[in-house]
Amino acid sequence: MNITVAGVKKEVADGLTVAQLIIDEKVQTPIYVTVSLNDEFISNDSFDTTVLKEGDTVEFLYFMGGGR
Amino acid sequence: MIILAKSDYEKILAHAESELPNEACGLIAGEISGNDKIIKKVYLLTNIDHSNEHFSLDPKEQLQAVKDMRANGIVPLGNWHSHPESPSRPSDEDKRLAYDSSASYMILSLMDRENPVLNSFKIQGTDAEKEELVIK
Repeated sequence: MNITVAGVKKEVADGLTVAQLIIDEKVQTPIYVTVSLNDEFISNDSFDTTVLKEGDTVEFLYFMGGGR
Repeated sequence: MIILAKSDYEKILAHAESELPNEACGLIAGEISGNDKIIKKVYLLTNIDHSNEHFSLDPKEQLQAVKDMRANGIVPLGNWHSHPESPSRPSDEDKRLAYDSSASYMILSLMDRENPVLNSFKIQGTDAEKEELVIK
C-alpha cells in the first residue's frame, strides 16, 4: 500500500503499524516524538495498535521545549 | 555561521516582549549553504506551558509550520525561545531537551529589557557551543 511519510510518498507493507513505521524510518529518540496521522495526533500508547491504511499521511514531530 | 534578517529578529523580539512575563518560542527555517545556515522564515508559536520558566511548542502549530516549510521549499534549522529573566545561554533543561545536535538553538535574553541579547547555540549532550550569528 502507499502512504505519505513526512511529505514523501512511500510503498509499505500492508498491516504496518505506527510502531513499526517508527522503526523502519529510523526515527531518532522516539520517546520525544509525537505522531500525527491524517492531521490527528495519536497517543504514544496506541503506536503498537494503530494499523496504517492506504493513503494515510503520517508526520513525526519532535517535542521541543526547555526552561530557564 | 547562522544568518538572520534584521526584520525576522525584530519579529522574534516583538513576540517575546508581547509574551512577557512568560517565555516565548518558535521555529526557524531556511537554507543550508556549505557551513552556513540562512534563516528564511521565523515562526512564532504558542508556548503551551504559559510559563516564565519553561516552554513547550504547541504541536498543532508545529505541524502547520512543518507543512509551511515544505510548501516553501525550506528546511527546519532549529528553534528559538526567550529567557525573560536569565541570560542568553542554554539552561540545564534546555540542554537535556536538545536532542538534535545538528539544530541551532537560539535564545533571546530579555533580562535587561533595554538591551536584549540573542545568541545561537549548537548543543550536544551537556556541551553547548555558541555559533556565529549574523543579523543583517
